[in-house]
Amino acid sequence: MAVTVAAAALLPFALGGHQTHVMIQILMAAYLGYCWNVLGGFAGQLSFGHALFMAVGAYSSTLLLLGAGVSPWIGMIAGGFLAAALGVFIGYLSFRYGIRGTYFGLVTLAFAEIARNVALNWNAIGGAMGLYIPIQSNDVWNLKFVDKAGYYHVVLGFLLLALGVTAWLERSRIGHCLLAIRENEDAARALGVDVMRGKLLATAISAFMTALGGTLYAHYVTFIDPHTLLNMNMAIEIMIYAIVGGIGTLWGPLLGAAVLVPLAEVMRASLGKSYAGIHLVVYGAVLMAIVMFAPDGLVGLLRRFGARARGAGMPALSPSARS
Amino acid sequence: MVDLVLQAIVSGILLGGVYSLICVGLTLTFGVMRIINFAHGEFLMVGMYATYFFAQAFHTEAYAALPVVLPGLFAFGVVVYHLLVRPILGAEPLNQILLLMGFSLVLQNAALAAFSPDARSLQSALSMAKLEAGPIIVSVPKLIAFGASLVITAGLYWLLRATELGRRIRAAASDRETAALMGINVGRVNLLAFGIGVGCLGVAAPLIMPIFYIVPNIGTFFILIAFVVVVLGGIGNFMGAFLASFIVAVAESLGALFMPGSTAPVLPFLLFILVLLFKPEGLLGARAR
Repeated sequence: MAVTVAAAALLPFALGGHQTHVMIQILMAAYLGYCWNVLGGFAGQLSFGHALFMAVGAYSSTLLLLGAGVSPWIGMIAGGFLAAALGVFIGYLSFRYGIRGTYFGLVTLAFAEIARNVALNWNAIGGAMGLYIPIQSNDVWNLKFVDKAGYYHVVLGFLLLALGVTAWLERSRIGHCLLAIRENEDAARALGVDVMRGKLLATAISAFMTALGGTLYAHYVTFIDPHTLLNMNMAIEIMIYAIVGGIGTLWGPLLGAAVLVPLAEVMRASLGKSYAGIHLVVYGAVLMAIVMFAPDGLVGLLRRFGARARGAGMPALSPSARS
Repeated sequence: MVDLVLQAIVSGILLGGVYSLICVGLTLTFGVMRIINFAHGEFLMVGMYATYFFAQAFHTEAYAALPVVLPGLFAFGVVVYHLLVRPILGAEPLNQILLLMGFSLVLQNAALAAFSPDARSLQSALSMAKLEAGPIIVSVPKLIAFGASLVITAGLYWLLRATELGRRIRAAASDRETAALMGINVGRVNLLAFGIGVGCLGVAAPLIMPIFYIVPNIGTFFILIAFVVVVLGGIGNFMGAFLASFIVAVAESLGALFMPGSTAPVLPFLLFILVLLFKPEGLLGARAR
């Protein structure tokens, strides 16, 4: 494990600028996948509106930085708490009335749409024009890096944290409660699981982490606006890495991102810029293929092949036990 | 001011007719198959592009594309049903919605790659024509779309209520197993429900092409409106969706008058959240029938 992390940390020194850019995208995608996975994968509450939490994080830290010179490291915590509060509000409203599954997804989507329309009309936060983050020099305290390696290391750090949270969830009591809620809410309640508390906690953790990702995104892209951040494609992109990799698994989001992002990159490189949405065509096709042929995601697929390779009757090693 | 409000209400009612045509198809599909067709808006997008290119190629009004677009979209719906929807009918609702979400992603972005993000519109003397009734101005294509939508929706209602086919569809919607035991070919009813749902869009596309401009992601706009309408009307409830279309459209158009900037689109979603929270069975109260 330590060797892998060290190798990953040294990677940008061996790669060119563009390859580092792709690596950052993979790490970022995986990170967001882990964030979504806490709520969507463990607690089984599908959110189609995670772009909202990402936008809250991106806007909070950027506005604090531009308006008051507050470091994004502090700004992202503020954004995280704001997103968590918003998530708990949406979750409380929904769960209190028994809205779950697909309908919860539609509620989150509706909130994201409201936020988009409000942000577009709110000139104090940049309105439709968006906000720029100027970057002149390396400044770790203000999360500004002239070269990509700096961002790479920051995002890698966050990804490791998200992996840690997921590993903790897999082992902890609260994680098992969430899985119980996902599998059968009524049975979980009958066994004494506080369903409401579990779901709200998962929503808060997930929204908090996603907002941190929003700050990272804002500082890497250096530009945010409601059209790119608060749209449905962004929300679907956040979900797709976890779903393709394997919903609710430890390695799923990373695996999904490691497969999908380079695939999108190859498509873009071979077809050129004239085909703007081509990577989302591929994402959509992969999503369909996974749902139809491998509902457990790539992790499930690997387990199946692993079990077959070891011969029938042998228990499959879980991927987490292998590394 | 009174004139402005009146004008907004009239525009809203006309728009509501168009929404109803799009939304009754979605609610019918859901009522029968218990599947939320996330790609509903993208089917409409495909129909609108087909209408656009037909009208451009033959120098006709958008309406002339109807005899081509309607059967074409229906056939497309049937193919999609057989290839994608039927295999996952028994799957978890989550997987069903993800599959259709993936499909909408493919369609939307394939259109983006093929047709560029540029907005296109069809303009003709007819599409610009207006009628004046006192202080109220009515756009002719909106009036045509409204009238045609009412006729189609009424026809569908009659089909569901008064024909043998409609009886079968309603039976399958209320209880699949019992319907199957009664000798109803549920698979065929599913196919019909999906085909009719998409077919409605085949009518809607040529009707709204003179009113809306088209961009590859226009489906997202319509599907969000349709979700709001369908939930408001009570999921699977045909008449509910019909009435809710008008509520949503009038709210939107009155909102444009009174709300600051371009925040009016927020209203349908606020309504949506309120209904989901306080009256999740929909305005008419009855569950899917």
